[in-house]
Amino acid sequence: MIEDVVDSAAIASASTKRRSLWALAIRNSSVIVGGVILLIMLAIAILAPVLGTVDPTRIDPAARNKKPGTEITFRLDDGTTVKRVVLMGTDSLGRDVYSRVIYGTRVSLAIGVAVSTIAVAIGLVIGLISGYIRWLDGIIMRIMDGLMAIPGILLAIALVSIWRAGLITVIFAIVVPDVPRVVRLVRSVVLSVREEPYVEGAISVGTPTWTLMFRHILPNTVAPLIVQGTFIAAAAILVEAILSFLGIGIPPEIPTWGNIMAEGRTLFRVFPHNILYPGIFLAFTVLAINIMGDGLRDTLDPKMSKKV
Amino acid sequence: MLDFVARRLVAIIPVLAVVAIFVFLMLRLTPGDPAAVIAGDNATSEQIDAIRSKLGLNEPIWTQFAIWIGDVLQGNFGESFFFKKTVAELIAQRVEPTLALATCTLIIALSLALPLGVLAAWKHGSLIDRFVMAFSVLGFSVPSFVIGYCLIYVFAIELGWLPVQGYIRIGVDFWGFLERMVLPSLTLGIIFVALIARITRASVLEVLNEDYIRTARAKGLSNRVVLMRHALRNAAVPILTVIGIGVALLIGGSVVVESVFGLPGLGRLTVEAVLSRDFPTIQAVILLFSVVYVLINLLIDISYTLFDPRIRY
Repeated sequence: MIEDVVDSAAIASASTKRRSLWALAIRNSSVIVGGVILLIMLAIAILAPVLGTVDPTRIDPAARNKKPGTEITFRLDDGTTVKRVVLMGTDSLGRDVYSRVIYGTRVSLAIGVAVSTIAVAIGLVIGLISGYIRWLDGIIMRIMDGLMAIPGILLAIALVSIWRAGLITVIFAIVVPDVPRVVRLVRSVVLSVREEPYVEGAISVGTPTWTLMFRHILPNTVAPLIVQGTFIAAAAILVEAILSFLGIGIPPEIPTWGNIMAEGRTLFRVFPHNILYPGIFLAFTVLAINIMGDGLRDTLDPKMSKKV
Repeated sequence: MLDFVARRLVAIIPVLAVVAIFVFLMLRLTPGDPAAVIAGDNATSEQIDAIRSKLGLNEPIWTQFAIWIGDVLQGNFGESFFFKKTVAELIAQRVEPTLALATCTLIIALSLALPLGVLAAWKHGSLIDRFVMAFSVLGFSVPSFVIGYCLIYVFAIELGWLPVQGYIRIGVDFWGFLERMVLPSLTLGIIFVALIARITRASVLEVLNEDYIRTARAKGLSNRVVLMRHALRNAAVPILTVIGIGVALLIGGSVVVESVFGLPGLGRLTVEAVLSRDFPTIQAVILLFSVVYVLINLLIDISYTLFDPRIRY
């Protein structure tokens, strides 16, 4: 609806001062707070097997629907039994919610990273083409306008339902609605940068198109794309949880925060812990990414921060 | 002005054409046979084939598209694969809860977000300001269904003030209707409050530095008049823009919130249609939501002139 106009002067000055900007970014308090929480989450994801977890898919009919803090008798594969306190209770199949939540961190972080990387990569290529090749610009932008007119979650729901649910299809279903936004951003940067004297200068001395694109235009898109990419990652984690929650996301046996909550829906009145704990983890992670994104935007892309 | 509206309406047509073609091709060019879903697990291939030809799925794809566009232009959107009804009738049955939810959400969100945003800007840097900013980041980060279940747990189960879920038509029992709208619209409203409060704060903050605000104060106008009549009114354009963008959130959120609170609305219909591969219904719902989204944003562009006479089309 509103054309994203990027101030070319700000971009030009940003690219010459790039190094100092990065130094500024990592000293920003929001970036530090968000980054530290994310590092903790990353550590949880990597260290999941040694954080006192059991197999998150293990079904235990004898220990169904236990409240948090209950002690259950846990039967090992060799027949011996051990006592174990279930920190976050168990679900209606007797699976340990703590282990599922901890392992769920892996899926959510992977989805956030994968979706933002792929969406930015695809959007970057299409955006560069659209901004640089004039005759394709009209066609590409009409298609992007059409895609943007479909509310994102709706499009993701429709896509995931037609491509059978799985990790890869969910990732791509979340990527598609994000691509047009990246394309518009990249295109607006390209359109403003290509009028800059230094680009005209480079053209006049006969710089090949590819060199021009990669050396002179591409670097200008890095800062806004990193900011955009962070917000895409935050939204992607939320959308994955929504899809899984609606029962059309990642297959239910895979422990994701959305799946744990979906499973907890039916018995929510009696056992709210199945929704509460993954909800807290989810909110914390997304919050950390959003805080970090705000900090990055304030330092790397000050022009955008005025637009909220 | 009329010229502008006409031009914008014409410009919508190619956008919607892209939506229609995209949605149609997306459903037809992917594996997964709705006829097999309808026929059930024990059906023979003859039975499936009979259903396919009855639904028109054996026609060439462009014929199918032409038939569908014909149905759309006639206003009935074709016949649902599952219910013995046209999709238009199906949508008509389901539209009330969604409209009610969207209206209540907007009312709640605006009546919370505008005062909060103005207050945060006025008391810039204060505790209230920090609270509003923190709330707005938090509002973006907690998924709506988690908020919904927390509200249900506190207000419906623990305190017992409001019903857990369900819907009563507005004409049947107005009080019952209102009771059942409070929690869903609060749930959906949180993200909206976050969005609008944040932009209100930012744009009022910018306006407060203007000369005419100083003049208004110098005239001896009360804070309330300065903030509401001078500051908020001049900050209206970015706020309206964000409300327009937020309509997409409202539509997406209604899918989730209707599932949490068991409201028989269009969002629920979308999920049902998707799960049962009811192509005509999926196509119609997506097309309809896109039309609503685009039209609301057009209305908002037009409404700019009401708030800012400098804008002329």
